[in-house]
Amino acid sequence: MGKYVLSLMERMRRSKNVQVLGLLSPSAVYLLVFFLLPLVIVLLVSLGKRGPMGSVVYDWNLDNYTRFIDPIYFKIFVRSVWIATANTVLCLVFGYPFAYFIARRPKRWRNMLLLLVMVPFWTNFLVRTYAWMIILRDSGLINSLLMLTGIITEPLPLLFNQNAVIIGLFYGYLPFMVLPLYASIEKVDFSLVEAAQDLGANALTAFRRVVLPLTLPGIVAGAIITFIPSLGAYVTPDLLGGAKAMMIGNLLQQQFLEVRDWPFGSAVGFILMVTVLLATMVYFRTGGKTV
Amino acid sequence: MSEKIAVELRHVTKRFGDVVAVNDVSLQIRDGEFFSLLGPSGCGKTSTLRMVAGFEAPTEGDVYIHGQLMGLTPPFQRNTNMVFQAYALFPHMSVAKNVGFGLEMKKVPKKEISRRVEEALELVRLPGFGGRRPDQLSGGQQQRVALARALINRPEVLLLDEPLGSLDLKLRKEMQLELKSLQHRLGLTFVYVTHDQEEALTMSDRIAVMDQGKVLQVDTPTDIYERPSSRFVADFIGETNFLECTVLKWDGDYVELEVPGMAPMQGRSAKELASGDKVTVALRPEKISIQKEQPAAGGNCCQCTVESVVYIGTDTNYVVRLDSGQSVRVREQNIAPSLRVEVDEGAMAFVFWHPESALILPD
Amino acid sequence: MSELALQRTRTRKPTRGHLLTTLGSRFLSANAILMFVFLYVPILVLIVFSFNKATVIEGGRVVAATIWKGFTLHWYEVLIRDARIIDSIKNTLTVAIISTLLSTILGTMAALVLERHDFRGKLWFDAVLYLPIIIPEVVMALSLILFFVLIRMPQAILSLSSAVSAISFLPASVVSWLARIVNVTPITIAHVAFNISFVAIVVRSRLGDFDITLEEAAKDLGANEWQTFRKVTLPLIMPGILAGALLAFTLSIDDFVITFFVSGPGSTTLPVRVFSMIRIGVTPEVNAISSAMLIASIGLVILSLFSERR
Repeated sequence: MGKYVLSLMERMRRSKNVQVLGLLSPSAVYLLVFFLLPLVIVLLVSLGKRGPMGSVVYDWNLDNYTRFIDPIYFKIFVRSVWIATANTVLCLVFGYPFAYFIARRPKRWRNMLLLLVMVPFWTNFLVRTYAWMIILRDSGLINSLLMLTGIITEPLPLLFNQNAVIIGLFYGYLPFMVLPLYASIEKVDFSLVEAAQDLGANALTAFRRVVLPLTLPGIVAGAIITFIPSLGAYVTPDLLGGAKAMMIGNLLQQQFLEVRDWPFGSAVGFILMVTVLLATMVYFRTGGKTV
Repeated sequence: MSEKIAVELRHVTKRFGDVVAVNDVSLQIRDGEFFSLLGPSGCGKTSTLRMVAGFEAPTEGDVYIHGQLMGLTPPFQRNTNMVFQAYALFPHMSVAKNVGFGLEMKKVPKKEISRRVEEALELVRLPGFGGRRPDQLSGGQQQRVALARALINRPEVLLLDEPLGSLDLKLRKEMQLELKSLQHRLGLTFVYVTHDQEEALTMSDRIAVMDQGKVLQVDTPTDIYERPSSRFVADFIGETNFLECTVLKWDGDYVELEVPGMAPMQGRSAKELASGDKVTVALRPEKISIQKEQPAAGGNCCQCTVESVVYIGTDTNYVVRLDSGQSVRVREQNIAPSLRVEVDEGAMAFVFWHPESALILPD
Repeated sequence: MSELALQRTRTRKPTRGHLLTTLGSRFLSANAILMFVFLYVPILVLIVFSFNKATVIEGGRVVAATIWKGFTLHWYEVLIRDARIIDSIKNTLTVAIISTLLSTILGTMAALVLERHDFRGKLWFDAVLYLPIIIPEVVMALSLILFFVLIRMPQAILSLSSAVSAISFLPASVVSWLARIVNVTPITIAHVAFNISFVAIVVRSRLGDFDITLEEAAKDLGANEWQTFRKVTLPLIMPGILAGALLAFTLSIDDFVITFFVSGPGSTTLPVRVFSMIRIGVTPEVNAISSAMLIASIGLVILSLFSERR
């Protein structure tokens, strides 16, 4: 009998399943309860209706979703996509040459330069966005300088519009774009460029026909990890955009905390989540790798 | 070497999913023996070793160490120690801490640990290396630390998984002799895994030749070499020529064989052979001699055309073509320039060998 | 190269291709410089103007001006004496320490399992683990508010908080810390929820470099599973675990969106407090606290780099 118990213990100890269960269950349970379950609740609430005094009446209808197609709200969705796209394009246009520059420096410079790019990224996002408020507002840095030098007499309305949001996002997400681009460019064997030039291609053609195609994975990766978070931006449009440049995140907050229409807010949230998930799946389909 | 059995495997099979890595292997390894598992990559020798160590459990069959059934006993409860292929020295510990690790696990007092560590390091000729870290050592030194780390625990059986694989040739040969002498001095049982047949032949008391999960032959190096029991073993160990023959007659000791392209060949066989049996004869190159003129009568002889002559210092290798079209490799030792056989490429020559050199392989 | 060929290259006129290459590299350098300036000017502006003496009265309030009038530490003094700021810093640190501890332990365990074993449903768990990183913070924040309301978390916190505050057998300072921990619990729970994923990813990538034969060697030498983990595995993956912990700590301290939505009254963290101050208006004090946060972050980064270098 004793022997049986001992060998049972041995089997358990060796059993891969026991180990897996033991190590996995705490995080699995935690994520199930505090992450997945709340998301399911969002879906359920989105199918309800706003009751008196902000409570939720569980009606089981899709009214909130059809309401979203209303131009007032759908416009916000379209604007969010536009802003996220504009931001991504800016990051790409400025970020690619930037990453290329760093990748072509001598080895000992590269890490230092990358570090310099990342340092701003490690500071608080809120604070960095606030810095742009100081720069762009009516009595801000740009306007003060322009007025001081007499170029303009009235302050330019640089803040509280869509462009300010794009600038703010561009500032925040540039490092996001530079890193995967850098990783991709660094891997390119530049003797291939030399081979192209030897065969008659000038610098631009060599770049276009050799380097660019080879760095395409990096471009796709950078674009996706810039676009997706930009869609769900909240702080930047809130501080820099004002009422005129509301994005989905702001709509969500407004409906939820101000208007107290939880079902509709949940529907907006669910739509945002699904959009983001779809974009992520596109990324994986095009062969993107996990982090 | 006593007659006590140190390690026994009884009908051990190991499956990984659909793959059968070890196929019904039964072995008895004697106390104090230097026993090698020899075979090409993927033959199952490492899996077999790992089952003795306790890292894998047999799918079928049993492993016994000194008569005790091992069953599911984990490695840390077995009295075996392993020297790993890539040494597996703990990078975050000093050499002394590495070597003393096993004793630490046995809760041996600190003072005794340091004494025995120094002893072990002297045994492997690395005295005073205790304070160094693994990344400060050369490959050969790391290997010796791994050895000391295993030996210090005085295991019943020492398991070695191709430990000399990453060393350069000269160092490898040195270490082979050192390992052999260590084993002899300490009287331990060594189970040694290798794919290098020369290594196995040099060091082992007995060799088990494995292929595709099965043990093909277990014998002393001499017997493995001179009396291979199968075509695979004959081919894997050293070089061999294979001749397909038909038995003409067998008189209980000597056998006359019909060979395409030459006169009937004389061989020896203790095993019974019937007239008309088809057999394979294995003939090692060094057992064949070559000369320009027809040799005197007696022994097996055959006319041939010389295809290539390659001088490699100690020997000269010839490849000749028999009248049947078959190529045969011949190796002659370069004893003295005056005794050297002057045979050129493209010329006709004669090859001959003793009947006893013709090994009849079972089908 | 022959003499003639050498001569030819020296006297050759710059070709279009050559011009293109030079122009190209000039453009690249210019762009790089521009980008670095772009990245650092806002930070520098913020820090510099936090020491600015000048103020402007706008709408009856003191507002920071962007004209340099002189160096002063006044705004930092105001900051140090601001009770609400101090309180929010205490809350921020409480949340950060507790959530980092929990998420590091849970995330490391998850990473160990994912890297070493294959099991049914592994793909699903992998997906769930990566979701918190992909999902926008606003959505996660929203889901947590709903969840907390549904399980009556605010009421529970309130009653627990008053119960703790009523404890008399412990010194007052301990009681206030306990009350603080209770108050920030919703925030802590939220931070752990997203930090598990980040820790798991960091630890997992470091685990990939770990040599498993080291564990086998330890077991061969007599160490059982726990001893092997403690003496061999853990020391060697510790740098990875610390990197994950540092990431979790940083993310927790800096988090705004989720914290903003989830925090109740009396449990404001620093970013949330700063946000409210910004909403009210661009004041010099905001500049000061922002700059302080910037300098602290940069300091933390430099610190972690030095520890990596070692």
